[in-house]
Amino acid sequence: MYAFEYRKAASLDDAQKAFESADDGTYMAGGMTLIPTLKQRLASPSDVIDLDGIDDLRGITVDGDNVIIGAMTCHADVAASADVQKAIPALAHLASLIGDPQVRNRGTLGGSIANNDPAADYPGALVGLGATVHTTNKTVSADEFFTGMFETTLDEGELVTKVSFPIPEKAAYQKFPNPASRYSVVGAFVAKTKDGIRVAITGAGPTVFRVPEMEQALTAAFTADAIADISVPADDLNADLHASAEYRAHLIGVMAKRAVADCS
Amino acid sequence: MQISVTINGKQESGEVEPRTLLVEFIRYQLGLTGTHVGCDTSQCGACTIHMNGKSVKACTLLAAQADGQDIQTIEGVAPAAGPLHPMQEAFRDNHGLQCGFCTPGMIMSALAMVERHKGEDLDEQTIREELEGNLCRCTGYHGIVKAIAAGAKAMQGGS
Ligand SMILES: Cc1cc2nc3c(=O)[nH]c(=O)nc-3n(C[C@H](O)[C@H](O)[C@H](O)COP(=O)(O)OP(=O)(O)OC[C@H]3O[C@@H](n4cnc5c(N)ncnc54)[C@H](O)[C@@H]3O)c2cc1C
Ligand code: FES
Ligand code: FES
Repeated sequence: MYAFEYRKAASLDDAQKAFESADDGTYMAGGMTLIPTLKQRLASPSDVIDLDGIDDLRGITVDGDNVIIGAMTCHADVAASADVQKAIPALAHLASLIGDPQVRNRGTLGGSIANNDPAADYPGALVGLGATVHTTNKTVSADEFFTGMFETTLDEGELVTKVSFPIPEKAAYQKFPNPASRYSVVGAFVAKTKDGIRVAITGAGPTVFRVPEMEQALTAAFTADAIADISVPADDLNADLHASAEYRAHLIGVMAKRAVADCS
Repeated sequence: MQISVTINGKQESGEVEPRTLLVEFIRYQLGLTGTHVGCDTSQCGACTIHMNGKSVKACTLLAAQADGQDIQTIEGVAPAAGPLHPMQEAFRDNHGLQCGFCTPGMIMSALAMVERHKGEDLDEQTIREELEGNLCRCTGYHGIVKAIAAGAKAMQGGS
């Protein structure tokens, strides 16, 4: 690790001021991606600004038709939350599948979506449920938030503060995990929402994406059979030592069908 | 920078660099070498400790992040001169270790899992899922899983 200054922010304002005054600052949530990155010397920030002391960023509330989760809420808390389990069981389930217990005790919602790893699980839930991301500067729909591999609409110094998840009629998440890390090789989040059916795929492409053909077919008939013949082309999908693009394309169909079956 | 932690019930402080890892502080500055470093890449769980009662990987935390927090390591599980903790005893009884390198992390994960599933039956499937973050190169896990089931029972007062 290269040397850096450590700063612990007490408030959002404090964090942003520290960022502005730093040569090349970076925020730290649970450090589950940042610290491994620093160790490998893939980043050399001048200042690491710890968000852990900002209590406003943590917590889960159910407000009418939405579940609102603070950016610094860890995966274990989402998985164990009675409110989330009741309102959006698929979301609690998804959080319980991330990594391992130690990672879930530190890794956060905000860190996961700000980082936008193509294999991360949460982007599937945000896009699958049509969630809204709240930041220090703006309010943006999940469909717009994730723009590419490790890319989002976050600007320099901008912080995710919370995410608002509309409570669906039904939803389910199914993933094919990498057997070592548990990151998704392919994950499918299917939801019947007030605004229609949504199918979001994570892990397979450079960033999370929807499958309109499946959404249309499921609107006509909400059964696994209805999407049995729909395939997603392998052209733009990820290929690595864990799975070829063709295999990922195949898994999209399998995981989506399982998620639909899980909804009923 | 100066940090201070409560570790195994004792107040300790020390001077660290911002980039010092918590596991380095624990092993090299406090001399508590029961917490191991297996991979240093957040995968193996040999470095598992408890921070404020939650299992975490000490190789993936800065010492600075632990400032003011309550830490427990394997050394704090049972008194140095006293009997072993029931979970440690269960590992001995059930062939839960061979070389022992992964064992401190396994025990810390086991204790966290018993705590998380208080009042529930800790069945084999649950134990295996909960061990996702701990790797063992020797045992093939069967002994570890049996040990944790037995240790959990012993902790609940059964035998
Ligand atoms: C062994 C292992 C297994 C894992 N398995 C999975 C898995 O199966 N599925 C999965 O989805 N993930 C997985 N992860 C990722 C993990 O769950 C975390 O979500 C992820 O690492 C982000 O961690 P963090 O929240 O600690 O953020 P950090 O590492 O602290 O930060 C990550 C990035 O986000 C930025 N950031 C953090 N918070 C904010 C904010 N509020 N606003 C703006 N920017 C912010 C930081 O500056 C940094 O660039 C795994 C990680 C590990 C180490
Ligand atoms: S040494 Fe920390 S996880 Fe392997
Ligand atoms: S006993 Fe040797 S690594 Fe587990």
